Amino acid sequence: MTGARTPVYYVCAALLAWGVPVAAEEVSLHGFVQGNYAARVTGQELSGPEGGDVFLGEERLQIKLATSSQGSAFFLKTDAFRDAVARVSDLDVREAYIDSSSGAVDLRLGRQIITWGVGDLLFLNDVFPKDYAAFFSGRPLEYLKIGSDAAKVDVFTDVVSVEMVVVPFFQADQLPSSRRFFVFDPFPGVSSRVTEEPRAELGNTEMALRLSRNLLGFDTAVYASRGFFTTPGMRPDNPTLPTQVTLFFPRLATYGASGQGNALGGVMALEAVYYDSVDDRTGRDPAIPNSTVRYLVGYQRQLWSDLTTGIQYYGEYLFDYGLYRDALPPGFPAQDRLRQLLTVRLTQLLRYQTLRLSFFVFYSPTDEDYDLIPEVRYSVTDALWGAIGANLFGGKTETTAFGQLNRNDNVYVVARYEF
Amino acid sequence: MKTWGGRYGPALVVLLVTAMQAVPAAATDATETVRKSQSVFFEAAKDFQARVKMTLITRDGQQRLRDLTMLRKNGEAGEQKYFMYFHSPADVAGTTFMVYKFPNRDDDRWLFIPAINMVNRIAARDSRSSFVGSDFTYEDVSGRDLSADSHTLVKEDQIGGRKVYVVESTPRNPAEYARKMAWIDQATFLPLKEEYYDVQDALYKVFTADEIKEVQGFPTVVRRIMVNVKTGHKTEVVFERIQYEVGLGDDLFSERYLRRPPERWIK
Repeated sequence: MTGARTPVYYVCAALLAWGVPVAAEEVSLHGFVQGNYAARVTGQELSGPEGGDVFLGEERLQIKLATSSQGSAFFLKTDAFRDAVARVSDLDVREAYIDSSSGAVDLRLGRQIITWGVGDLLFLNDVFPKDYAAFFSGRPLEYLKIGSDAAKVDVFTDVVSVEMVVVPFFQADQLPSSRRFFVFDPFPGVSSRVTEEPRAELGNTEMALRLSRNLLGFDTAVYASRGFFTTPGMRPDNPTLPTQVTLFFPRLATYGASGQGNALGGVMALEAVYYDSVDDRTGRDPAIPNSTVRYLVGYQRQLWSDLTTGIQYYGEYLFDYGLYRDALPPGFPAQDRLRQLLTVRLTQLLRYQTLRLSFFVFYSPTDEDYDLIPEVRYSVTDALWGAIGANLFGGKTETTAFGQLNRNDNVYVVARYEF
Repeated sequence: MKTWGGRYGPALVVLLVTAMQAVPAAATDATETVRKSQSVFFEAAKDFQARVKMTLITRDGQQRLRDLTMLRKNGEAGEQKYFMYFHSPADVAGTTFMVYKFPNRDDDRWLFIPAINMVNRIAARDSRSSFVGSDFTYEDVSGRDLSADSHTLVKEDQIGGRKVYVVESTPRNPAEYARKMAWIDQATFLPLKEEYYDVQDALYKVFTADEIKEVQGFPTVVRRIMVNVKTGHKTEVVFERIQYEVGLGDDLFSERYLRRPPERWIK
């Protein structure tokens, strides 16, 4: 039987080819099997089937399939997982793209993770989607980023490198959900929620541009984008007696710059961005964030062998603050005119870098809240590693970014076998 | 009665002057020897490509493998560029690492992490840090500033039938070691053996060049071992598919190729 060559045929052929030494350089198959669990240790439980202490429990198989030849390449990274909390099994296509390269131009088409900017766990010019729920429940760092279904073109010249991203499909951030997390909800009595995501239309296509070059030893870049806020605004159907809340994503344009390089015996990072809240430039709509300027200064240094330290100072200045306060409904928590955040990272590698002790702190002196993340990671062999860590939240009130997570202090474990 | 100094004074002065001239001359020779040694060991040819297999072995015999492709290109006035692509272990496969090395100032270092598609600058002040968890430090991999140590020729000797200079190097500022003894081949100027001593003057690390081959006319250490005699941990490094003068372009050492490692060079 000759039969048509279906996609399955090609996948099988690729898998077979992987085992054949002569083709091994053209097709590669890697991945991992992982168990990842987290439990709330505050003794407080939410109602509902997913609200128990153990709010993360999953087993995951990741397959990374890559092929390349003569300037073009294909990459697929797919997870099959079992979510033991929700009792579902599912697939997650993390990345799937085709690369093509010709002269000074690179093209990447498909689902891809894009990370911009120089912050450490702080994102200013990076307008691409993130999964904060994953981050706050102790999933490995790579799960903080979500792929964008996009076309990306890079053009390299002697003067400047140009990176252009076009994203026709809106992707919102994943925020901690009220099913699994204690989170602040400004409309606690309104259970009816409608989410309106921007549809895939030409007019809604997000575009982002990055120009970069090395300047006096510093890696410098300027950025611009137009698209949408990736965290939703909330609009009640009736300001006094709401029966339904609509979650929507206002338009956003950003303009920013960054620089990073050696200074003062370490690495210095600077970044700033203007967030132009296109749908509420007057600042009078309480459901839409006002325009802001965000900036970051970071410094990292090795204090001694295999100990890396990093500190960052971040600020977020809200424009039209008076109008914002006037428009805010009574009883709603007000954001500060200038929100400030400090982070500290300490990473010590021990025992020939098989043991990693790390500590990351978010602390906001203006919100008076924090998240402390201690972690111990050990590589048992080249293939197997395990980690145990915690997210310890706190704050003066339960309405701020980290303060709202106060009752979600958790301990997490990860074990991963890579191949 | 005339004093000793009075009688022999002038002769003593002559002796001292001779000695003072002789010492710098010997030091210069030793420094020149180390300079030549560094030149053949770390800087041979205009550029260089190799597949590097590092085996990290614990005292109990447990092994870990670091498999990478290393590309190096020499620039002007002692500057060098390095590009490394990691094939394994699996948790770092696809990671690329780039270094711009400058004499007498901090390196520029970049790391690309494929899982989040991010290029990051990393702090490089401490060149004593272990290179990828091995017994080799960054300095052991890419060289140490010649002027960071003072060098003295201790004696001439033989190792395995080869004539060597034995040079002692003492750091001018606190370093990983308090002193280092190097056995440098008089014919090729490659280091055949090195011993590292700590502040208590106890031997703690021994380097040996276990296999040397001539590749395209360049004598090359293709197998080397660094043993930590205190912990019993050791690292064996084997260079395979070595090529010199491959014509690496400057543009290769850029963010573009950190993100998309050039297939042609990293095999």
